[in-house]
Amino acid sequence: MDALTIALVGNPNCGKTALFNQLTGARQKVANYAGVTVERKEGEFAAPSGRRVKVMDLPGTYSLDAMGPDEIITRDVCLGRRAGEAMPDLIVCVADATNLRLHLRFVLEVKRLGRPMVLALNMMDAAIKRGIRIDRVALSRELGIQVVETVAVKANGAAELVTHLDRTAGDTAADAASVPEDLHAEVRRILGAAVVMPSRTSRVDDALDRVFLQPVLGPAILAIVMFIVFQAVFSGAKPLQDGITALFDYLGAQATQHMPQGLLQSFVRDCLIGGLGSVIVFLPQILILFFFILSLEESGYLPRAAFLLDKPMSKAGLTGRSFIPLLSSFACAIPGIMATRSIHDMRDRITTILIAPLMTCSARLPVYALLIGAFVPEHAVAGILSFRGLVLFGLYLAGIVAGLLVSLVITLTRKDKAEHPLMMELPSYRLPNARNLAIGLMERAKIFMRRITGTILAANTILWVLTTFPSPPKGATGPAIDYSLAGLVGHALHPVFAPIGFNWQICVALIPGLTAREVAVSALGTVYSVSAGNEDAASAQLGHLISGQWTLATALSLLAWYVFAPQCMSTLAVIRRETNSWKMVAVTAGYLFALAYIASFVTYQIVSRL
Amino acid sequence: MKLSELPPFAPATVVAVADVGANDAIGRRLRELGFVDGEFVRVVGRGPIGADPLLVQVGFTRFALRRSEAARVTVLPEAAE
Repeated sequence: MDALTIALVGNPNCGKTALFNQLTGARQKVANYAGVTVERKEGEFAAPSGRRVKVMDLPGTYSLDAMGPDEIITRDVCLGRRAGEAMPDLIVCVADATNLRLHLRFVLEVKRLGRPMVLALNMMDAAIKRGIRIDRVALSRELGIQVVETVAVKANGAAELVTHLDRTAGDTAADAASVPEDLHAEVRRILGAAVVMPSRTSRVDDALDRVFLQPVLGPAILAIVMFIVFQAVFSGAKPLQDGITALFDYLGAQATQHMPQGLLQSFVRDCLIGGLGSVIVFLPQILILFFFILSLEESGYLPRAAFLLDKPMSKAGLTGRSFIPLLSSFACAIPGIMATRSIHDMRDRITTILIAPLMTCSARLPVYALLIGAFVPEHAVAGILSFRGLVLFGLYLAGIVAGLLVSLVITLTRKDKAEHPLMMELPSYRLPNARNLAIGLMERAKIFMRRITGTILAANTILWVLTTFPSPPKGATGPAIDYSLAGLVGHALHPVFAPIGFNWQICVALIPGLTAREVAVSALGTVYSVSAGNEDAASAQLGHLISGQWTLATALSLLAWYVFAPQCMSTLAVIRRETNSWKMVAVTAGYLFALAYIASFVTYQIVSRL
Repeated sequence: MKLSELPPFAPATVVAVADVGANDAIGRRLRELGFVDGEFVRVVGRGPIGADPLLVQVGFTRFALRRSEAARVTVLPEAAE
C-alpha cells in the first residue's frame, strides 16, 4: 500500500505528544516552522503490513481560530495551505476521554475543515477508572467520524490506531456541512447521546489541589520542591562535570603529547577539545534540570506552581510561567531560555528570554570568586555574617533587581498594551511516564549539542584565530596574546574601557572571555603569564598578582561588568535558536553591554573618588 | 453576578461572557474553553496573594483565570441546597 501522511491534532493536555512518542519512538525530527517559533515535530513508523506512516505532531490548540501562530499553523497544515508542507492524507484528532466536554468542541472544529479524519479517544484507562462510560458506536454515529481508543502511556496502547492506519485509504472526507453553528450545543447533544459521566472531577485531583494550592501550605511545598531541584542540579551534576572536565583535560594532554608542536596542535587542543569541553561541561546540569522540569510538567505540578506565583510575577510584567525558566537560569541561562517554551504568550516569552541572562549563572562564580577573594577583605559583619558572603549575595540580588526592572521597562514601553491572558488549564495529576521522559530528555540534549556546539565551534575558531595570529616576533618578552589580533583589539579598546577603570590586560582578556564567563579567569592568567600546575593554584596566584596591581575601583567595576555583560556565546546562540531572530540577539547583547558599561562606569567613578 | 465575585465553592451556572473592547481575544478564548450559557461553574481555589488568580472549574476542566479575566464572565449562583 501507499505511504500515508498523518497529522496529530488536539487540545493541549490531550496526551497527543505521548501518543506521538508511542507511535514513532525515538525516530523524531524536531525543528521550527520556517519563519515562526512554532515547534515542528515529525516522525515515521512502519505499520504491520509494512506501510510507511509519516506522522506530524501539530501544536496543541484550543481552537482553529486564527488567533495565534499555533492555531494558524495547525489549520494551514491540515488544509495543505502551508508552503513546503505536504497535505496530510488523514487527520488524527486526539481527545482526552476524561475531558470530552472541552475536547469535542475542537473535534467539531476540525471536522469543519472537511478533511479525512479519525478520532482517537485517549486516556481510556483513566476514563474507565473514573467510571466514565462512553458508547463508542453512538459517539461515532453522532459525530459522523470513526473512533478508535488509545492509551498513549501504555505499551501497545496505540495498537487500535495503528491497525486503523494500516487499513485506511484516507479518502472519505468528514462532512463539514453537517456541523451546526453552535458547537457547544452540538457537544452537549453528542455527550447526552453517547457518554455517561458520574462526577465532574476526579477525587484525587480535588484532594491534591486542596493541599498544593492551599494559600500557606502551597507556597511552602513549592519552596521545598525548588530547593530539592536546585540541590540536585548543583551537587548531582558536580561529579559528572568533574568527569567531563577531566576527560577533556586528558584529551588535551594527549594532543599535546602526540601531535607535533605548532599551529595544528594548538588548534586541536585549545579550539576543538578545549572549546567543546567548555560547553559540554554544562550538559549534566541541563539534563538533570530538564529531568525535573519534564517530570513536574508531566505530573501536572508545573501549572500549579505557575498558579501560585502568577500574582507576584505579573506585578513585574511577567507571568507565573516565567518562574521556572528564570529559576533555571541561576544554574545556566541556556536551559532557562530553552524552558521558556512553556510560556504561550509571545510577549511574556520574549521578556523572560531577555532577562534570563541577568540571573546569576554558575559560570559567573569563578570570576566572582577570583575578584572577591583578591579584593574584598574577610571580616565578620554583625558577628555572624561573612563580608565576602554579603558581597556575593549583593551580586545575586543586583541581577534579580535588574531583571525585574528591565521587565518593567519592557512592559511599560511596549506598544501592544493588550491584556496578557493567563487562562491556563490545570490538567489532571498524572504519574510521569519513563519513556516520555527519556524521549524528552534526548530531544533537549540533541538540541543543545547540535545547535550550541555548531555556533560555539565557529565562534571558538574565530577567537582562536584572533588570539593566535600573528605569532609574537622572535625575542619577544611579553605574553604571546599581547602580539595577536586580540591583543591589538584589546589595546585599541582600552580608551573605550578606560573610563570604567579597565586596564589593557582586562580588555585583552575580555575577548577570549566572550566564549564563556569563566574563560575570563584563564584568559587573565594567560595575559599575566601565570603558570601554575592546576586551575585552583593558577587562580590563587592570579588573585595575589592582581590584588597588588589593580585598584579596588577597577576590581569592583569588573564585578559590576560581570553582573550584566553577555560574556557568553552559548546564551546568544540559544536565543538565536529559540527566537529565530538575529534582531533579538542584537537587542539582548546590546542592552546588556550598555547596562554593563553604565554599571561599571558608576561603580568605578564613585569608588575611585572615595 | 461576576465570576470574580462568586464565593469559593458556591455552585453557579454561566450566563454570558462580556467582551472588553472590540474583537476581544480573551473573551473569545473564554467561550471556546467552555464558558457558555448554562454551563456549570465553581471557584475551587484562589491564589495566595490577593486571592488572585482564581481556580475555576467549568464543565470537567479546571482553569486558572486572573480576576480581570474572570470578571468578563457573568454567572447565576444556584439557590443554596
